[in-house]
Amino acid sequence: MASVFDIIGPVMVGPSSSHTAGAVKLGNIARRCCADRINKVDFYLHGSFAETCRGHGTDRALLGGILGMNAADERIRNSLEYARESGIEFAFHSADLGDVHPNTVKIIINCANGSAGELTGASIGGGEVRVSSVNNTHIEFSGKYPTIITVHQDKPGIVAQVSAIFANHAVNIAFLKVFRQSRGSVASMVIETDQEVEPSMLDEIALVAEIKQIMFVDV
Amino acid sequence: MFQFSRADELLEICAKQNLELPDAVILSEQEEWGRSRDEIWYEMEARLKIMENSVEKGLEPDLKSIGGLIGGNAAKLKSYIQYGSLGGKIINQAVAYALAVTEYNACMGKIVAAPTAGSSGILPGILMALKDEKNYSREQLINAMFVAAGIGKVIASSATLSGAAGGCQAECGAGSAMASASAAYLGGGNPGVCMEAAAMALKGLLGLVCDPVAGLVEVPCSKRNATSTANAIICADMALAGIDSFIPFDEVVDAMFRIGNMMSSDLKETARGGCALTPTALAFTQTIR
Ligand code: SF4
Repeated sequence: MASVFDIIGPVMVGPSSSHTAGAVKLGNIARRCCADRINKVDFYLHGSFAETCRGHGTDRALLGGILGMNAADERIRNSLEYARESGIEFAFHSADLGDVHPNTVKIIINCANGSAGELTGASIGGGEVRVSSVNNTHIEFSGKYPTIITVHQDKPGIVAQVSAIFANHAVNIAFLKVFRQSRGSVASMVIETDQEVEPSMLDEIALVAEIKQIMFVDV
Repeated sequence: MFQFSRADELLEICAKQNLELPDAVILSEQEEWGRSRDEIWYEMEARLKIMENSVEKGLEPDLKSIGGLIGGNAAKLKSYIQYGSLGGKIINQAVAYALAVTEYNACMGKIVAAPTAGSSGILPGILMALKDEKNYSREQLINAMFVAAGIGKVIASSATLSGAAGGCQAECGAGSAMASASAAYLGGGNPGVCMEAAAMALKGLLGLVCDPVAGLVEVPCSKRNATSTANAIICADMALAGIDSFIPFDEVVDAMFRIGNMMSSDLKETARGGCALTPTALAFTQTIR
């Protein structure tokens, strides 16, 4: 059942929940792909996102998200200027990303430490989003819950080890999904939780031997 | 105990427990989300403040939307009605405020979706105009917002609040029904009267398609908020006069949903039909691509 605040709400910067509010959220999730300072961001806009980008402020919304703004932040209108001031390069491109949702964007972030991050996601209406790929690995999550994403070696027992850490911290797992390319190769776990996640818990998960990378999204 | 998905159920809760509409809606929110009445009340009050701010900002004369199609219309109407009007003060004031919010929205201003960003002008338009002209208290206005939310929840449960799924009847139609019920509540209507107002307001906008020019939330959206606002006030007055809708609100919502399902996808936010395909719209679209 919807909350009254989904009906009289959300509070957001206009003009469009799908083309503006959802785009802010995608940008905000994408910035977690870069553990260092952001140097440059390339946005590849697909379908309706490409066609109505400027008129919906989708460009400012995506970049505002990259700068850490949320959907109700009135600075979004001037996010291009903010990005320039902070020395972040950016470019928007029209692209055909294939048979995907019409409001899809692929975001490539170049970080100061030389690494690059990737995130692809769609704004599916009402400000809600669906991420479909992180760092070129197919995974899925909505960003509605605090979400932990791991990249790890696909070996028996990892899921149990990680869930034990959750249990120890009394954090309830709402959803857990595992994605992998092939048996025994690199896999990803997407864990959506009901409670806030302490940094110390993330550190503990990162210490599990098979885990190569961990990303935390809370928007 | 307080959960409802149909207007009938909401009315029954009010009747059985001897509750006013806003209290029934607040109790269902408390029960569902485990929050206190105060918490819920203050969050709604914060939203009222954002609505007030968006009306004020949207009335500035030199606004220009990012798509370039609207801005400044609210200011024009506001200054015109100072010297009289054909339709009367309250309706035109409400319409000016509704235009203000949608124009501010199109300038990337901060608004409260009600129920969506595209239809965000109707409810604040009516609330602010009634506040100005009839001196309703803040408490009454916040109660009226809960009435609107209750109507919106019924529509969300049995149909949809998305133009992409149901056409503009699901956005401006729903917004008009919500605002009409809240106006009827402020006018002293009992829960049944509020439902009749909502039923007539939604019925008046059944079949409305979503056909935004160049896909932008500007034309026809802004002026559709204006006409949906006038529709809401008229239906509230009819309901307060004792006129009933004949078709009950729940059945109007079901009809709206069925119409939405029958609507071609060209008429549901894709900008492939209606106003979006007129020569004027196509010529404009060329200039921004
Ligand atoms: S025409 Fe479409 S985009 Fe515009 S207000 Fe109506 S439903 Fe929303």
